[in-house]
Amino acid sequence: MRIALLHARYTLIETARVPIAVMGAVVFPALTLLFFVLPQRAIAEDSGAATRAVASLAVFAVLNNALFSFALSIAQDREQPWDPYLRTLPVRAASRVFGHVLASAVLGVAAVIPVVVLGALLTAARATPLGLVGAAAALVVAGIPFALAGICIGYAMTSRGASAIVQVVMFGLAFGGGLFFQPTTFAPWLDAVSRVLPSRQARDLVVFAVQGGTLDLWTWIGIVAWSAALLALALVLYRRDEGRRFR
Amino acid sequence: MTVLARLDRVSRHYGALTAVDDVSLEIRAGEMLGLLGPNGAGKTTVISLLQGLRRPSSGTVELFGGDPRDAVTRQHLGSTPQESALPAALTAREVIDFVGGHFAERLTSAELAAEFGLEDLLKRQTGALSGGQKRRLSVALAFVGRPRLVLLDEPSTGLDVDARRALWDAVRRQHANGATVVVTSHYLEEVEALADRVVVLRAGRVIADDALGNVIARVGLSWVRFESGEAVSSLRGAVRHEVDGRRHSFAVRDSDAFVAELVRSGIHFEGLSVRGATLEEAFLNLTDEGGA
Repeated sequence: MRIALLHARYTLIETARVPIAVMGAVVFPALTLLFFVLPQRAIAEDSGAATRAVASLAVFAVLNNALFSFALSIAQDREQPWDPYLRTLPVRAASRVFGHVLASAVLGVAAVIPVVVLGALLTAARATPLGLVGAAAALVVAGIPFALAGICIGYAMTSRGASAIVQVVMFGLAFGGGLFFQPTTFAPWLDAVSRVLPSRQARDLVVFAVQGGTLDLWTWIGIVAWSAALLALALVLYRRDEGRRFR
Repeated sequence: MTVLARLDRVSRHYGALTAVDDVSLEIRAGEMLGLLGPNGAGKTTVISLLQGLRRPSSGTVELFGGDPRDAVTRQHLGSTPQESALPAALTAREVIDFVGGHFAERLTSAELAAEFGLEDLLKRQTGALSGGQKRRLSVALAFVGRPRLVLLDEPSTGLDVDARRALWDAVRRQHANGATVVVTSHYLEEVEALADRVVVLRAGRVIADDALGNVIARVGLSWVRFESGEAVSSLRGAVRHEVDGRRHSFAVRDSDAFVAELVRSGIHFEGLSVRGATLEEAFLNLTDEGGA
């Protein structure tokens, strides 16, 4: 745990020294809110719909941040000779991964806050303080599969491969999970596919936390199943990894 | 003597390439071991096996009685990053504190800086350091956790003469304080300056494992070359004789005595040259007695 904090701290120091890298993760979701939600007055002026839209984009902020920060930084680190050096230090895989999770969580919070603030100021979205706390907790839980997916991509491919795959996975999950367009507008077949995606489960969980209503048992099963499967895969990929392979 | 690390009949292949071929090696507490060999001989692979970075294809690697791939086993191991690897955005002090934070017992960044002459660099980002400064910082990092065993891969590459001597002095002080050190190099000079035991690798195999003096005696050969129309038979002091038409090449241990002998013999010669054999030549061409 102490080592994980150490890694998180220095990852953040390094990130903070290259501020432009942070901007993509922090600004993109807020821009999406301005361009996708604000112009649609039917959504922006309806309290229920606006709240759901803001919740969805908060999930998007977490998804975007987790995938990019894990997949790209891990894939890039593996190509740097600093990474094999860190592997010679007395630090377990789990501590390094956990340190990375903590650092990414800090950036995730930085990405979610502008979405929530803009949502509160410019749309009819409303939430009780308790709802906000619940939503924050839900975002943390919902972010786990995204972070693990990013870790798997990072350890499975080169940074070029990772940046291509991350775009595809991110937009696939964002659209498919109903983060840009609400799932109520989906055709039945798309809705069925959507329910299997971790992004949809994350969205449903966060909407439930902030708005109440009903939550499918399937949502919980899905989040736990995705997390367990991706965690197992991430550990296998980490242990198999010996840095970049040349053929 | 306590054995800190052991390779037992270890081989490591990369696809069709065999980097390490049936190597057995023990590293004992208190040693200053030089791992010597030309590029591609398998030195770096041996180091990475000891660091737990790579798995042997066959055989076993033991570090402090455990598996180097387990993080806890590496608590008393010190290694050096490539100098190009240092995170450019962090300052030297941050890098030292980050690496040092992994070890239960550690030197403070001030102590380490004093030991390796880094005091003036602590506040600078590593991206702003010169190649030699990065090299010194990299080597210093191997010692921050008060390691029992230190692996230095080509520690003084790219340093000028003064910086190299200063670095060697610092490494010798750490060794005197109790650290066991393994240093790889393809420079005989570096191994000569540091090691008391030398292991020579060639094409992934150990071809010599001996006290420094004995290895120097085998490596310290010179080539004496000249042209002559006469039939030159063997001369006293020659370890090896190669003939190519009029050109004669003798590998000798004492070139002065050999030239005196050549003159005394009355052989007519021209174009005499004397040149020290490189390490690579010494081991690739001269040690035909093989893995003795």
